[in-house]
Amino acid sequence: MQALEEKQELSNKISDLVAEYKSMPGGLLPLLHALQDNIGFIPESSYALIAKALSLSVAEVHGVVTFYHHFRTQKPGRHVLQICRAESCQSMGSEVLEAHAKKCLNVDYHQTTENQAITLEPVYCLGNCALSPAIMLDQDVHGRVSISDLEALILEADASVAKA
Amino acid sequence: MTTKIYIPRDSSALSMGADKVAIAISDEAKKRGKNVEIIRNGSRGLYWLETMVEVSTDLGRVAYGPVKVKDVSSLFDADFLNSASSNSSAHALCLGLTEEIAWLKKQQRLTFARVGITDPVSLDEYIAHDGYKGLKNALSLSGAEIVKTVTESGLRGRGGAAFPTGIKWNTVLACQADQKYIVCNADEGDSGTFSDRMIMENDPFVLIEGMTIAGIAVGATQGYIYLRSEYPHALNVLNEAIDKAEKAGYLGEKICGSKHTFKLEVRRAAGAYVCGEETSLLESLEGKRGVVRFKPPLPAIEGLFGKPTVVNNVISLATVPIILDKGAQYYADYGMGRSRGTLPIQLAGNIKRGGLVELAFGITLRELLYDYGGGSATGRPIRAVQVGGPLGAFLPESQFDTPLDYEAFTNIWAVLGHGGIVAFDDTVDMAKMARYAFEFCAIESCGKCTPCRIGSTRGVEVMDKIIAGAEVSKNIKLVRDLSDTMLHGSLCALGGMTPYPVLSAMNHFPEDF
Repeated sequence: MQALEEKQELSNKISDLVAEYKSMPGGLLPLLHALQDNIGFIPESSYALIAKALSLSVAEVHGVVTFYHHFRTQKPGRHVLQICRAESCQSMGSEVLEAHAKKCLNVDYHQTTENQAITLEPVYCLGNCALSPAIMLDQDVHGRVSISDLEALILEADASVAKA
Repeated sequence: MTTKIYIPRDSSALSMGADKVAIAISDEAKKRGKNVEIIRNGSRGLYWLETMVEVSTDLGRVAYGPVKVKDVSSLFDADFLNSASSNSSAHALCLGLTEEIAWLKKQQRLTFARVGITDPVSLDEYIAHDGYKGLKNALSLSGAEIVKTVTESGLRGRGGAAFPTGIKWNTVLACQADQKYIVCNADEGDSGTFSDRMIMENDPFVLIEGMTIAGIAVGATQGYIYLRSEYPHALNVLNEAIDKAEKAGYLGEKICGSKHTFKLEVRRAAGAYVCGEETSLLESLEGKRGVVRFKPPLPAIEGLFGKPTVVNNVISLATVPIILDKGAQYYADYGMGRSRGTLPIQLAGNIKRGGLVELAFGITLRELLYDYGGGSATGRPIRAVQVGGPLGAFLPESQFDTPLDYEAFTNIWAVLGHGGIVAFDDTVDMAKMARYAFEFCAIESCGKCTPCRIGSTRGVEVMDKIIAGAEVSKNIKLVRDLSDTMLHGSLCALGGMTPYPVLSAMNHFPEDF
């Protein structure tokens, strides 16, 4: 019963947002952002509704959602940890950070820890290149990140992660 | 007496704990019964000194950095609130008068004139520091006269392609259409670059003013800033600034009481590097996959929604106000050869003193890396630098005397691009960097043309063989063939320039292959 109510609530939320953005010029990306900001991801169940409102095919909506790295179709963890893989951060040893994060969290990129606490994502430049290596936890950028800084941030986000 | 304290709100400063430092200073002041006014200014771009705290004195601002929370009580102990009279200059973190710091003093800040000085979202401060003077002049000129001024300044597209801005504007001006657009390309995705972010976070009104002038010049009434999703702080600052500009009559209908209309909206990108390419950006703004378009038609003639569109980079647009304020000649007097004016250079990667250095074109890489940068952060020799982002060439030490000038870089088969410089020390493995260039292209390819879509993946595979030591000379030849195909057969710069890092790594660092 509760699941049904949740489903209805989600569907209402999607309908409201679609109605808000459908007449905006080039409104599909703003709509997708609004959906992801509100729901945390873009449910595939929303494609048909979006397609109808914007006079697109479901395939076109799917095509746009999957083209952009930022959009996700699965519920993420409570926190999203992005590690910069771009050249500037590589020059300051980001590869070590990447490997350590994967080991600590026991996940690979685009995966979420078993307890749904943290989703690990790669990112290609956070614009913090004078303070490489950089990572972003949710909306906060961190610079000159050491292994111990990374561990502290992970622990802050998920106290259940044992110190590696 | 209330003392003014400046603590940056720039996201690089935040990445070093600026918010926590601000809270600690405010708490400590309360505890000690001191009256302070904390102003969240932009960053001066001396990033290795963040969090850089400045205290206002009669002589000017006195800087301290890098300040951590743990340093706050010792700063109060040294009486840093009375920096002019106390002996706080003895504090280990005291840097003296900000304006006298050599790294900053030697710069020629035109586009970045206000950055780090003002509160980014204060319209009053913007105006008090020469803001909106360019717009005021523009309103007394015809569209053609504004375009002429920009053309004569010699300003070239700072996004990387270096196309003369005035000529692009002139094409849009000459088009007859019921609607024209100004699009700001703020999809700054190149590693090693952050000047666009700095302008948007630290002086958003200068970008708004530049876009408004562009709109008035070519007859466009709607502007869009296509902003990368990785910049959440810039989004908030821009929206706040746009709101304030609208309320004060600097955006919207009848700008400053004139007949001109210009509306502005920020649109968020969604993490696709290729959308920094102008036609793919336009597709994305239209709500589609960011797939590159064939040119012609040029976006200036058939751009956003099929209408004439100016697509300019953040720095190009943010440089327009000073040109309209001080005149074309003032700007053109800086620079060398056909590279006129200044370039906001970004020192990044493995560098001791990284940050924003705005200088006239002509300074050499070596001066930047050592005089400004202070060598590598790790203290090891700098072996290679990549200039111009992930599609820029790697340069060896023997090319460090190249002056920063579009043509000088073209002559050595390199690109100046957006002015980002990433330094690598001698632990770098250039074969790995060449492999990464292909990998990045494979991840980010829009998929439209075969050399980029397939070539990048094959490139990764062949590089893996080379790295594993399998039939090396045969496979190097294969990579060169493949690069040739990508160079000449790709539709846009992503596939067409991925060979720059690959081939430059092979040519200059053959010992790694």
